[in-house]
Amino acid sequence: MTQISGNLRRRQLWDKVMLGLLVLGSLVVVAPLVLVLSKVFLTGFSALNLAFFTQDFQPVEAGGGGLRHAIVGTILMNLLALLIGGTLGLAGGILLSEYPDHPVNPTLRVISDLLNGLPALLKGLVIYTLVVIPTGSFSGYAGALALGLVMVPIVLRATEGVLKLVPWNVREAGLGLGLPRWRVILSLVLPAASSGVITGLMLGFARAAGEAAPLYFTAGGSQYLNFNLSQQTESLALTIYKYANEPSPLRVEQAWAAALVLTLLVLIASLLARWVARVRP
Amino acid sequence: MEEKQSLISPPVPLAQLGEDQNLKPRMETRGLSVYYGKKMGVGSVTMPIYTNQVTALIGPSGCGKTTFLRALNRMHDLTPIARVEGEAILDGQNIYTPGVDPVEIRRKIGMVFQKPNPFPTLSIYDNVVAGLKLLGVGKKSVLDEAAERSLRQSALWDEVKDRLRAPGMSLSGGQQQRLCIARALAVQPEVLLMDEPTSALDPISTQAIEDLMTTLKKHVTIVIVTHNMQQAARVSDFTGYFLTGELVEFGPTNTLFTAPKDPRTEAYITGRFG
Ligand SMILES: Nc1ncnc2c1ncn2[C@@H]1O[C@H](COP(=O)(O)OP(=O)(O)O)[C@@H](O)[C@H]1O
Ligand SMILES: [Mg+2]
Repeated sequence: MTQISGNLRRRQLWDKVMLGLLVLGSLVVVAPLVLVLSKVFLTGFSALNLAFFTQDFQPVEAGGGGLRHAIVGTILMNLLALLIGGTLGLAGGILLSEYPDHPVNPTLRVISDLLNGLPALLKGLVIYTLVVIPTGSFSGYAGALALGLVMVPIVLRATEGVLKLVPWNVREAGLGLGLPRWRVILSLVLPAASSGVITGLMLGFARAAGEAAPLYFTAGGSQYLNFNLSQQTESLALTIYKYANEPSPLRVEQAWAAALVLTLLVLIASLLARWVARVRP
Repeated sequence: MEEKQSLISPPVPLAQLGEDQNLKPRMETRGLSVYYGKKMGVGSVTMPIYTNQVTALIGPSGCGKTTFLRALNRMHDLTPIARVEGEAILDGQNIYTPGVDPVEIRRKIGMVFQKPNPFPTLSIYDNVVAGLKLLGVGKKSVLDEAAERSLRQSALWDEVKDRLRAPGMSLSGGQQQRLCIARALAVQPEVLLMDEPTSALDPISTQAIEDLMTTLKKHVTIVIVTHNMQQAARVSDFTGYFLTGELVEFGPTNTLFTAPKDPRTEAYITGRFG
């Protein structure tokens, strides 16, 4: 009797110790994130003002202006990048998961792994060589393509992974009803994995939204508001990179504010995506 | 080889079936074999599947019942290592003839699987009409009518009519299986293949599914795989006994269970199977 209760006490103690370790581990992981986010929110928020959203670039001597042009550029380029990178990544992920014997798959896998390992700057250079040089100018389109390249491997891997988790019998059930294979994949398998697929898209989107390097040789940056992606285009990530290194304290403050706005944009996008995923069926 | 051949009883000639002389085969296999790589799943099965009858496939586990059943609607197309030889004839045409669209075949020959497999994201209603909807039927009245008809046929209507929008996954195992039967019936197949549809179910759900087979066969030709001989005896009109990939004996269920021609069949049905 005593031995059993002694055992029990020891196990309960052990249980508490392990639980404590788990909580501690989680805190260690989450703490830096919380610190960075709170720094961004506190510093960024105090630097935010109306001009930030209503004005474009101005010299520091003229008040420094705002970052409307960068916000618009970020949104436009990232949406186009999502369209391009999301579509390609989804298609590739579907191919790898649903048609495992397709002849292009080995090549696709190599390209995807290559893209995944390639530094973002070099993705920018790829687009620079393929698009900027032939067209003779930097443009928002080139920027969106480079960001698309950032997204592709992320979306592709996530899609392949979550599709493979959908039980095989979902496909059998669909095919057994006399549905064509593409129908089964698009209407039955993909929806069964929708939350994972959307998470993958959001991961890619967030990653691309934060990239400045691939935009250097592609979008080229800009000081003017434009809604036309055939022009040079600014993005918040580019602005942060540039302003953070400027001597003027005003620019540094604006960089913090830009970081906050970028974070909020990504947050809004992912909330929107979750909401869409919830509402759609 | 020759010896084996002589032990396989040929399909019962129509004339011998007495009062059922007007039986017509809806499907027929001729020398149908399925290989997994080099390994044989079933070998050279020749067997009729009579219209509006229930045909049971029995035999010990691993004897090739599932393999044979899946060959009847080209489900093996999805298994890269599986290879089918011989013929499976539906309405006079071999479904393995090059150029025949397996999608068309599966639309005529529906399937119910061993494990209930409702579509995980869909409601009860949407599960039932999924086939129709995804084949392009959009009219709500048509879908509603098909949903009610199929759910009544599968004896599930009374249990779910008040919660058609609930997830299909919220049903019990037996209800899920009847939902899958309803889903298969909604696209109005000519033949329904059922692979041990009650093996995961409780006796009451099993009873419900056995009862509905008897009603269903007025509209559909049914092939059911079962490892349960009593079930075969209860629900089927014809039975085929498989052993290690071979069709040992085929005949009217009554005859096969009371006067088996093959000693191996007799050993199996009398429980002396080793
Ligand atoms: N996908 C597969 N790959 C390889 N062998 C298989 C596969 N499916 C079934 N088999 C083999 O084929 C034989 C018949 O299996 P199956 O048709 O499932 O039997 P039953 O349904 O009568 O239990 C078994 O020996 C089994 O191991
Ligand atoms: Mg089986």
